[in-house]
Amino acid sequence: MNFDFSDDQKYLKEQARKFLSEQSSMTVVRAVLNDEQKSHDAGLWKAIAEMGWLGAAIPEEFGGLGLGELELCVLAEEMGRSLAPVPWASTVYFFAEAIKIAGTEAQKAAILPKLAEGGVIGCIAASEGPGEPRAANLKTVFDGTSVTGMKVPVTDGDCATHALVLAKHQDGASLVIVDLSGAGVEAKAIKTFDPTRSHATLTFTKAPAQLLGEAGDGEALLQRIYDRAAVLLAFEQIGGSQACLDMATDYAKGRYAFSRQIGSFQAIKHKLADMYVALEIARSNAFYGAWALSSDAPELPLAAAAARIAACDAYYLASKENIQTHGGMGFTWEVDCHLYYRRAKLLAVQAGAPSLWKEKLVRRLEMRNAA
Amino acid sequence: MDFNDTPEEAAFRQRAQAFLAAHVQPRAGQTESLQKRLSDKEYMLAAKAYQKAKAENGFAGITWPKEQGGQGLAPIFSVIFGQEEGKFDAPAGPFTIGLGMCVPTVIAFATDAQKERHVGPALRGEEIWCQLFSEPSAGSDVAGLKTKAVRDGDDWVINGQKVWTSGAHYSDWGIVLVRTNADKAKHKGLSMFFIDMKSPGIEVRPIHQMSGGSNFNEVYFTDVRVPNSQMLGGEGNGWSVALVTLMNERLAVGGSPGPDYKEIFEWAKTMPGQDGGTLAEDQSFRQKVADWFVRAEGYKLAKFRTMTALSKGQTPGPESSIGKIITANQLQDITHNAMEAMDHFGIITDAAHAPSEGVFQQSHMWAAGLRIAGGTDEILKNIIAERILGLPGDVRVDKDVAFKDLPSGR
Repeated sequence: MNFDFSDDQKYLKEQARKFLSEQSSMTVVRAVLNDEQKSHDAGLWKAIAEMGWLGAAIPEEFGGLGLGELELCVLAEEMGRSLAPVPWASTVYFFAEAIKIAGTEAQKAAILPKLAEGGVIGCIAASEGPGEPRAANLKTVFDGTSVTGMKVPVTDGDCATHALVLAKHQDGASLVIVDLSGAGVEAKAIKTFDPTRSHATLTFTKAPAQLLGEAGDGEALLQRIYDRAAVLLAFEQIGGSQACLDMATDYAKGRYAFSRQIGSFQAIKHKLADMYVALEIARSNAFYGAWALSSDAPELPLAAAAARIAACDAYYLASKENIQTHGGMGFTWEVDCHLYYRRAKLLAVQAGAPSLWKEKLVRRLEMRNAA
Repeated sequence: MDFNDTPEEAAFRQRAQAFLAAHVQPRAGQTESLQKRLSDKEYMLAAKAYQKAKAENGFAGITWPKEQGGQGLAPIFSVIFGQEEGKFDAPAGPFTIGLGMCVPTVIAFATDAQKERHVGPALRGEEIWCQLFSEPSAGSDVAGLKTKAVRDGDDWVINGQKVWTSGAHYSDWGIVLVRTNADKAKHKGLSMFFIDMKSPGIEVRPIHQMSGGSNFNEVYFTDVRVPNSQMLGGEGNGWSVALVTLMNERLAVGGSPGPDYKEIFEWAKTMPGQDGGTLAEDQSFRQKVADWFVRAEGYKLAKFRTMTALSKGQTPGPESSIGKIITANQLQDITHNAMEAMDHFGIITDAAHAPSEGVFQQSHMWAAGLRIAGGTDEILKNIIAERILGLPGDVRVDKDVAFKDLPSGR
């Protein structure tokens, strides 16, 4: 039994934590939070590119470091912990992974090396309104060469150079790649619950687009991308949950009420123990997802769903109870609790909300049992 | 990352599988289980024979030192044997507490002659041990116990009452924690003895549980004499000895203590749902199945992480405290949902009428006890908060006060 990360991967994680604690301090996060014009921290983005993280899981032939998905998982955990205000998840978990699994050699050669250097910021544009984007309901259309329609919200849509767009095509839907610097693209920033990550509406008017993967296979491909991203997002969520638990524990030791540390009250202890249990369940499920992702195992769809559900639960619990533990101070702008509360919600609804994933999980369980 | 045994572990597992296949039957349904089929007496004989076979084949005392008759192996091998044994209907229950907690305490504190006398018979299943700690007024706060021992020549004389003692009625020996000095503070006036359960003055009475069954006992001590030589760890050191006993609590290796997501989901395919289909098709039910799956798998995988640590020779800490919190609450929740899903029919416990032989109803009763036994949810959460998260202990009003002066309430 070796159900753990290797010493090298743990070392990478340690390095990442050290690097991000300096480069993605709360001052950096808050600079993006407080400035509506600022979509992300460009300096941090550049530094991350220089560390080679953007290409961590990109093969060396396409300019990456050629490490695997497990390395991406440990980086994801630290990115989540630090709340790094950069388009990392959009670019790495969604866009790069999509090109890796479905792109042609030409598409990989055109995009991945630039992405690894930090010159390509990717985003995924699927949502058009409330609910899960399905082929039957899409208004955005791909005509074989260009795409027309509006996508909202698109995480990192206002700073991205490229978008992966889900559009109606032939009898179903296709995923297409759009260079956002081209004609017929309008990006407009919108306000969201989590201003530390930028969001936009993307409007396409006959914008040139090229197909990714098979025509009409967009929904299935999007699901494959989501399954992979779900594992990586789960690690971000675990990093964030752990940060909340650490913060709440620290506060409970230092804050006195009724002439005692509030952490000596069982009401607080049990709250924090519940957070710990939820986090352990999330971590264990995420580890399994990491194993399935890195070994291309047929268990991935079920493992990814479990990892996602457990991580959403853990982060929601940890972020709300962190505020509660801090009492009135927790509700202020100055204390960082709300930053995690915001991020927890973003990560829970992007790539499909937990209730959708629960139904997916049960269907996948039925399929596994039938097999 | 992989889920493979090391070559050494794989060889051990194979040996364990061969032994188990030769000596016990694979698990079957509720009613066919060995314990249900056999009389208490027959079951005990089967259990003793099984333990003897384990000892003869090198599967008893897996982690104990070789000089004590153990196998001198790392804890991972004990976990592996437990995993394999769990797949069988093995009559191992009567030895769990004795070999898991009591005898290791004897090994740690008894004289060589005493170890020579007691360890072998326990390992070979010839003698069974029980643990006498809890009392009517000392459960979660076990150091608040009142059973007292008074010195009389070379003996001590014990008076008092113990409770929730598993297996006291069939045990030959027990370890008993008693108060030897009520003038000292609570934790400082305790001492530990091992005692012959057939001693005059010991009376064992079964507890009638809310589930209707009787799996535990009350044990009354009336002027019970025990030689001073059977004190473990010295006078006044009972609490430290008890901590050693409790640290030996077996690493949880088993699966769920009752029906889990698999069982309820399979069963739901045969139950009517709210919209004309089956229960397994109901959206609200399916959402719950997903939650149960995530918790059950999460706990299973957490144990894999513990095994990984063990496999690398690390000692797992209090992390395993999460196990019972998850499994006991999940069992209560699943069985609650199963019963409510049956509507009025859910109240039937009669095995002839109740679906799945009434397993959901039985387990729903059992789950309430499981949340209390061996550390309540609340105590386990305190352990997580204090020993893992490092939160301060509760304010102690009993620390520097003589035990006899403490308020005791009910």
